[in-house]
Amino acid sequence: MALLQLENVTQRFGGLVAVDQLDFSIEAGSIVAMIGPNGAGKSTVFNLITGIYAPSTGRIVFDGRTISGMKTSSIAAGGIARTFQNIRLFAFMSALDNVMTGEHARMHANVLDSLLHTPAQRAEERRVRARAFELLRYVNLEHVAEQYASNLSYGMQRRLEIARALAGEPKLLLLDEPAAGMNSTEKSELVELIRRIRELGVTVFLIEHDMRLVKQISERITVLDHGEKIAEGTPDVVCADPKVIEAYLGAPA
Amino acid sequence: MGRFQPYLLFGAAIVLPLILSNGGFVNFLADAGAFVLLALGLNIVIGFAGLLDLGYAAFFAIGSYTFAMLASPQFGIHIPFWVMLFVASGVAALFGILLGAPTLRLRGDYLAIVTLGFGEIVPQTFLNLSQWTGGPNGIGSLDQPSIFGYRFGFQALPYYYLILALIAVAVLAANNLRASRLGRAWMAVREDELAAAHAGINTTTTKLAAFAIGASFSGLAGCAYASKLQLVSPDQFGFNVSVAVLSMLVLGGMGNIPGVIVGSLVISSLDRFILPQLTNFMHNFGVQIDLTNSRFLIYGIILVMTMLFRPEGLIPSRQRRSELRAGKDAAVAEQTLYTETVL
Repeated sequence: MALLQLENVTQRFGGLVAVDQLDFSIEAGSIVAMIGPNGAGKSTVFNLITGIYAPSTGRIVFDGRTISGMKTSSIAAGGIARTFQNIRLFAFMSALDNVMTGEHARMHANVLDSLLHTPAQRAEERRVRARAFELLRYVNLEHVAEQYASNLSYGMQRRLEIARALAGEPKLLLLDEPAAGMNSTEKSELVELIRRIRELGVTVFLIEHDMRLVKQISERITVLDHGEKIAEGTPDVVCADPKVIEAYLGAPA
Repeated sequence: MGRFQPYLLFGAAIVLPLILSNGGFVNFLADAGAFVLLALGLNIVIGFAGLLDLGYAAFFAIGSYTFAMLASPQFGIHIPFWVMLFVASGVAALFGILLGAPTLRLRGDYLAIVTLGFGEIVPQTFLNLSQWTGGPNGIGSLDQPSIFGYRFGFQALPYYYLILALIAVAVLAANNLRASRLGRAWMAVREDELAAAHAGINTTTTKLAAFAIGASFSGLAGCAYASKLQLVSPDQFGFNVSVAVLSMLVLGGMGNIPGVIVGSLVISSLDRFILPQLTNFMHNFGVQIDLTNSRFLIYGIILVMTMLFRPEGLIPSRQRRSELRAGKDAAVAEQTLYTETVL
């Protein structure tokens, strides 16, 4: 059964149809990509999945539950994590605190525990801190654990955002243009990181413009243009599709 | 700050009134202490969670009036002071939630305006509900606390120790909260609400918790202050109180507990000592200016000067200093980023 399923999802903003009757699904354990020209509605699809928007029509099913219409925080707690096209870290919190915050939904301390620092609360803090360190090591950032996120280099910030997302133990990780602004070394490190993430049992769904990276890593590609799905399949099939070429390069004269 | 420094300072605060056996000074310290409590509470709302509340005095009023109505001859109800501490902070917290709930979608300036309105409505309500609140005369002859048969009476000293103990509790509470799941959630909401929601933080309940807990501190302050003064009246809780407490945070260093305490002590002594003394001093030289009448002008000047020369406050948190420096350094950082990524 598919981990994530979009059924006939449409999103209108006034007269603009940003996403038009979109149907597609993601199998658990896969790496899939969504591509399309600028303004095709890719980020809107992410925003629909994470509950920033409730779809105008249609529904989204994740892990056997309908999530469309749910609060963003509940969807996140239910196992969908994401990174943002423009990095959105907690700029003036340490790298470690950023990752610990990502574990919020997995923690149990209530207001009273937080107020009194009960033994259970302390134990949980220690556990969460240790795991956050582990995740920083995982993305090779443990040496900057105490630094503010805003002081990290761009590539480090991208990795920190991924670590924060993984902290919530998601089943599905959405990466919005993870390679944007990266040089070729950083990109190959990213490819390796994404593969390692999949080995953790996390399904990865990414939006990316770098076709080389997309072809290298994804098992399936969905192509969006003007909010509509125009092609879907393996990288080779999609890249040879005349409709895709037309969307990117324009119709032949 | 050293590990033992807070304990040393607390110890000093315990012996201070015994050395300075000046009743007027102890009285001042007790009143200043009530404002420290208020500043610590507002610091949770503004400093930790980043919710600009300009009507905080309303919760002070609610805490004080709750005490006054349930521990005075007004209705003949005399609930013990120590119970009232919990009741008043509970009632204040409840109103914190009532104010918070409809305003959660508002941010920054918009939230500030609504809280400003709330701060005006509450004392006005107490003024007009005269059958319960005594109207403009307020409620007097409030019950005095007593402990193990010892009645607090009219001396300032026992109230000073009471308020000191409440401050100790408030500091511990604020400090614990800051380093907890909830404290991180507050900071995350303050830094980036959308990203916080994506980290699984329920931003609604997180913000409500800040309003409620911040308000509950002023419930404590309200009980202590009202029982010391033996009186509550609507004119004690005007906009000027909200502004004074906010000035304490800005001057001392928002988000940082030692800074907030220092800020409130500075503003309180300015109000009670420095301005009257300075006025006397100038009268001796034949300059007839009453500085105590221009205290809000002077608060205003202090706020402007702080924002110009030390926007992070006297004793800032590391976080806030970096945030405010970041604006200045942003251009430099962008250049560095460019060089790093492109070259």
